[in-house]
Amino acid sequence: MTTEPILQVENVTKTFGGIIALNRVSFEVHEGEILGVIGPNGSGKTTIVNCITGFIKATSGHVRFRGKNITGKAPHKIADMGVARTFQIMRPYYSLPAYKNLVIPLFSPRARRTGGWRGGGRLGDRNTVGIDILEEIGFERDSYVPYKMTSTLPTGYLKRLELARCLALKPELILCDEVFSGLSMSEIASMVPLIERIQMDGITLIMIEHRLRELFQVATRVMVLNFGEKIMEGSPDEVMADARVREAYFGSEEVQEVMDHA
Amino acid sequence: MTTDTAQRRKERIDRGIKVRSDGIYALLSWRELAYLSVPRLVLILGILALPLLMPGMYWQRVISIVCIYAFLAMSFDFLAHYVGLVSLGGAFFVGTGGYIAALLNTTFGLPPLVTIPAALILGAAVCTLLLIPCLPLRGVYFAIVTLMYPLFMARLIEALDIFGGTDGILGIDSFTNPWVEQYFVVVMVLVLLFGLRRLVNTDLGLVLRAVKDNDQAVRASGMNVTRYKALAVFIAAGMGCLSGACLVHTYMWAGISQFALDFSVLPIAATVIGGSGTLVGPVLGCLILVPASELLRDFGTLRIVFYSLILVTFIVFRSEGLMVYGQRKYHQFQRWTEI
Repeated sequence: MTTEPILQVENVTKTFGGIIALNRVSFEVHEGEILGVIGPNGSGKTTIVNCITGFIKATSGHVRFRGKNITGKAPHKIADMGVARTFQIMRPYYSLPAYKNLVIPLFSPRARRTGGWRGGGRLGDRNTVGIDILEEIGFERDSYVPYKMTSTLPTGYLKRLELARCLALKPELILCDEVFSGLSMSEIASMVPLIERIQMDGITLIMIEHRLRELFQVATRVMVLNFGEKIMEGSPDEVMADARVREAYFGSEEVQEVMDHA
Repeated sequence: MTTDTAQRRKERIDRGIKVRSDGIYALLSWRELAYLSVPRLVLILGILALPLLMPGMYWQRVISIVCIYAFLAMSFDFLAHYVGLVSLGGAFFVGTGGYIAALLNTTFGLPPLVTIPAALILGAAVCTLLLIPCLPLRGVYFAIVTLMYPLFMARLIEALDIFGGTDGILGIDSFTNPWVEQYFVVVMVLVLLFGLRRLVNTDLGLVLRAVKDNDQAVRASGMNVTRYKALAVFIAAGMGCLSGACLVHTYMWAGISQFALDFSVLPIAATVIGGSGTLVGPVLGCLILVPASELLRDFGTLRIVFYSLILVTFIVFRSEGLMVYGQRKYHQFQRWTEI
């Protein structure tokens, strides 16, 4: 690719006391891509999202967004530049109805500057724009679902609400922290086209996932982390075939067994 | 499993009239219009009539004090329930507002109707600036730190012997006449009550409520949480300073006792009794607690015992608060259902 990458992560290290959560991780994301990030539990996937979005400060290393150094900036400033994120443990506003959840990002300086999702923020009434976004993300418009209290919604809707909150900001890059986890197979199946649609709208995505099958359907590239280190990066097929990845996931002894089984 | 008793539970259902009067249809029938407007009219007319109904000067003064505490209680309820900042700094707001109004009045000779708005704005700015370092704190930590401020200010004035030291500032102008005093505070209670209720339902108010619900998500939406908290503290501190300014002009005296913790604690008790999160509840709570404390004055120190008994009774039997209970009874009915 000749274009400048939208996000550059250079040698990011994060230590918590003596534990090395991330060890000199570097990677790049290009415009329009979907980068999958996989790795076993505790491999530093969520930590890298937190370091990029400023929710925790990297011990060393740099993060650049569109060439600008965003290392150590406050989370709201990074979000304001167009880097949105979802949370692995969903963080909706439980005391508000679902559609009111979107009034908050639509009220943000970025949404007011850019017009928000599809420019709807300029139309004025943030409640209707919120319902428009929810409809696009899979809430049935004419049902009572968008009006329900957030605390009564099932997980599937909450995961969509996380994505909707990101979209309302009109972001350029979304970091999705396990949007498929906790969903049923049919729910995931309906999320996949949604992710593809977001990509077609020109938004770059980084997706952290444990659901490899669905991730490999949409991802253009996949990066594998293990114990805080990047062990490889490549197309989904390359990653599937890689022995180091299998070892990281299954341990060296069982690999042969699993392969025999398959 | 069709055995009785254990298989039943109470369920609460919105009254039909509540549902009907939610939308534009409320305008179609007198009954629905009344359902919406009567509680509000009772509140407005009731509060406006209070000074007229009082038997004498003494009780009229009590009404002023009720209203002054009501500003504080609404400010506490707003911060605690809509922004998630539990502030014990009521006394800090009162003291700051009181001293600013007193100094403006005695030094520059400004009349109460100028010093009160000035103390509101200036005091709110001072309080907000001093509280900004505490804004990242949450829950009980914010409460503890805000409790230190009034103690600190009182000791500072005492130790440095500034602003009249322990004697306080004497010779402050009162309101031009008692009716002006009465109706100024009474109307301000209504203005602030309806103003706050409107504010928490605007988009800005939603952001404040979102900060309480989940400040990380607000951050991830590109908004500076500290700025919104500071704005909320400014509003609440302004209301507290208004209390202080009205208080010094009512008593014609400002002193260290304006930083007394009564001003931090009584509004919280009033909020508990009235029902937190309703904004009107705290006003009702003040309307019960302040006169009760006056009536119990004859008992001397036993007063505190009775006072505590009232509080404990409410906390045990109506922990949700009077207004929450009342609103539920007004909007919903209960019935038994089989499970």
